Amino acid sequence: MTAAEGCGAPAGGIKNNAGPGSQAVVQGRVSRSGSPVSPGYARLLNADGEFVAEVPLGDDGGFTFYAAPGDWTLRVLAPGGLRADRAVTADTGKITELDVAL
Amino acid sequence: MSRSDVLVDADWVQAHLDDPGLVVVEVDEDTSAYDKCHIRGAVKIDWKKDLQDPVRRDFVDRAGFEALMCARGIRNDHTVILYGGNNNWFAAYAYWYFKLYGHDKVKLLDGGRKKWELDSRELVTDVTRRRSVRYRAEEQDTAIRAFRDDVIAAIGNLNLVDVRSPDEFSGRLLAPAHLPQEQAQRAGHIPTAKNVPWSKAARDDGTFRDDDELRTLYQDQAGLDLGRETIAYCRIGERSAHTWFVLHELLELPNVRNYDGSWTEYGSLVGVPIELGAGN
Repeated sequence: MTAAEGCGAPAGGIKNNAGPGSQAVVQGRVSRSGSPVSPGYARLLNADGEFVAEVPLGDDGGFTFYAAPGDWTLRVLAPGGLRADRAVTADTGKITELDVAL
Repeated sequence: MSRSDVLVDADWVQAHLDDPGLVVVEVDEDTSAYDKCHIRGAVKIDWKKDLQDPVRRDFVDRAGFEALMCARGIRNDHTVILYGGNNNWFAAYAYWYFKLYGHDKVKLLDGGRKKWELDSRELVTDVTRRRSVRYRAEEQDTAIRAFRDDVIAAIGNLNLVDVRSPDEFSGRLLAPAHLPQEQAQRAGHIPTAKNVPWSKAARDDGTFRDDDELRTLYQDQAGLDLGRETIAYCRIGERSAHTWFVLHELLELPNVRNYDGSWTEYGSLVGVPIELGAGN
């Protein structure tokens, strides 16, 4: 899949293998008691709390977003009604790592 | 028509999985989700391989849709239950597509794959094989599909609803934030479009909001005149199919079209007007 064709997010998001370049990448893993959370979902909300994007967590509990620089909230949803919000700041040309323990 | 004619919840689907008049279909862009596990008895449709022409940018034609239905074992009289990932974007797109080719008995599973997973309901790995059947599609119903000239003519005249995120609408992002932002088209939105992100119509778990909340959202908060014709668009037409479903199927507005060319077409056209910023 290329980004120009589709809009959907594969599990874990589209991995950033070539470094951030000019992108503002936010990525990390979600775990519970040391084990990856999957299935589960990571949602990115903007500074107004508005939904911007969502990816299903990968088998390793991982997620990747390509945000604009600025302040965001990462929201995690998982079976059993588990939920967590974390504040994160994205910067151009940087990969911001954010691991979430539920 | 009522809400239950177009939308069913997970409990209903679970109770009717063995109903011979029903075919459950998972529709995704990333079909590895189906390959990993899916609802028991569900067949899969690949948004790109099965629904898009392999050469030019358009849908598979009527004969192609008939061949797809035959191969998936779907008859004209089957009730098709669609679900998928990405908050049912591609399932809603397929729903619109089934309607486009005249298949009336089609419903969405409310909340799609996400709700099913968050409920910890059963998912299986066995790939479903159905016997091929005969299927006859209608000609495309273009009363529910908008093309680029329709959209240009609609500027300032009809409701244009841009269902992308506020950051894509304003021109800050060119694509949803789970995608790399290097895109060919210009950023921004179609002048006079109102930004009502698809996500406002859904709860966190992917289920649709109640009709009263939806009506308030489009009419009171966004200021749309629901008595006017409406064209919904996004980036490639699948998120706007989600909003088309809300407006045309849940709120039962008669004149709503989905512009599947959406921003990847409009934002690449030479000479058309583009507006930047948060809009009015």
